[in-house]
Amino acid sequence: MAPETVYIERFSATERTAHWVHATAFLMLLATGLALYVPALSVAVGRRPLLKDLHVYTAIAWIGGLVLVVALGDRRRLRQTLRDFDSFDADDMLWLRRYPRPQGRFNAGQKVNAALTGAFAVLFAVSGSLLWLGERDHRFRFASTILLHDWLTLISLFLLVGHLYLALLYPATRHALRGMTRGSVRRDWAERHHPKWAREQRQ
Amino acid sequence: MQPRETRLYGRRAFLGVTAVGLSSLVWGRAAWQAVSGLAAPLEAVLPPGLVSGWRIYTVASTMPRFDPQTWRLQIDGLVDRPLSLSYDELLALPGADQVSTFHCVTGWTVDNVHWRGVRFADLLAAAGPQPEARILTFTSAERPYADTLTFDQAHLPDVMLAYAMDGKPLSRPHGAPVRVVIPDMYGYKGVKWVERITLGLDAEPGYWEQRGYDLDAWVGRSNGA
Repeated sequence: MAPETVYIERFSATERTAHWVHATAFLMLLATGLALYVPALSVAVGRRPLLKDLHVYTAIAWIGGLVLVVALGDRRRLRQTLRDFDSFDADDMLWLRRYPRPQGRFNAGQKVNAALTGAFAVLFAVSGSLLWLGERDHRFRFASTILLHDWLTLISLFLLVGHLYLALLYPATRHALRGMTRGSVRRDWAERHHPKWAREQRQ
Repeated sequence: MQPRETRLYGRRAFLGVTAVGLSSLVWGRAAWQAVSGLAAPLEAVLPPGLVSGWRIYTVASTMPRFDPQTWRLQIDGLVDRPLSLSYDELLALPGADQVSTFHCVTGWTVDNVHWRGVRFADLLAAAGPQPEARILTFTSAERPYADTLTFDQAHLPDVMLAYAMDGKPLSRPHGAPVRVVIPDMYGYKGVKWVERITLGLDAEPGYWEQRGYDLDAWVGRSNGA
């Protein structure tokens, strides 16, 4: 008889909620944004005033949703996750240079992705707010705002494709999706891919 | 367990990328202009309509449809003979060609757009503008869009009512069948889907001017630029 599969918790409900609020809002903003931006889509979809409203209200819901997660969720756990994202040890630096070194709860690539995602969220919010304000008051109008918003979208698309590939298709990492849907991952998987974290969980 | 040597690179990466992004509000446009020449060959191989450089801005739910059988261009107001031109009659007027750069107030530009159309001197000649007429008001079939040019602005040498773009009849997203082209002003002055031109004494604020944009939209010299 095979040994019973053991699961360990990787993401709390708070962290999962934050992730899915962000993901849902991002996809909505991407869909409405592309329809506003790509000429062929703008023509096919029409209804520009409605799309603009949807885009803006989704952005407000996105920021409001994240604020609610922080206000109502497990803040101690969120702080721990931020510390995990923040700290790079010698193994992480070697891992980024493609040495196979043992990793913690997040590997160094996931930490880089987290830093980029956070920075992009701030930049999207700032540039989007400036676009909205600039339509109402020219003091908020800068020639480069739309360039920033566009480039963020383009780079985010590449990050999203990579993220989806690793979460859904790539055999070594796709088990991580279970952590983001149900919270826990198999201990044997964690011991192979996040051994330093799996060891801490045992203690 | 031994404490591991850790460095807080995560926040540095976050703050660094945020700072670069925010500062690009200052240097982004200049940097993009410096490198976009290099990207031009790339644009040529991508599907047209995807990255043509144009964005299609509209204010109503649907774009007006152009029917050559029923379409008319009204010219009225302070003129001796109000006109109602058919599409064929418009095309029969003396035509003009130009290549000019299109600037949007939101920051994007499209270089080297080939326009063909009618100069306002030729368009208005048959209607006989009265000497006191100072303002041309352009009404779009896309309600409630409208905007104005002064008589002098409309008679600048590179201003026209365009009916063809890049060798093809003006497409629906670009204002079929006719739009105003005034390269020295931002695109919101270039009313699309024009169906009526009224000569008058005073300029009513146009669609975007009611929303805080400048009446005289000179590129680089208006709207806080």
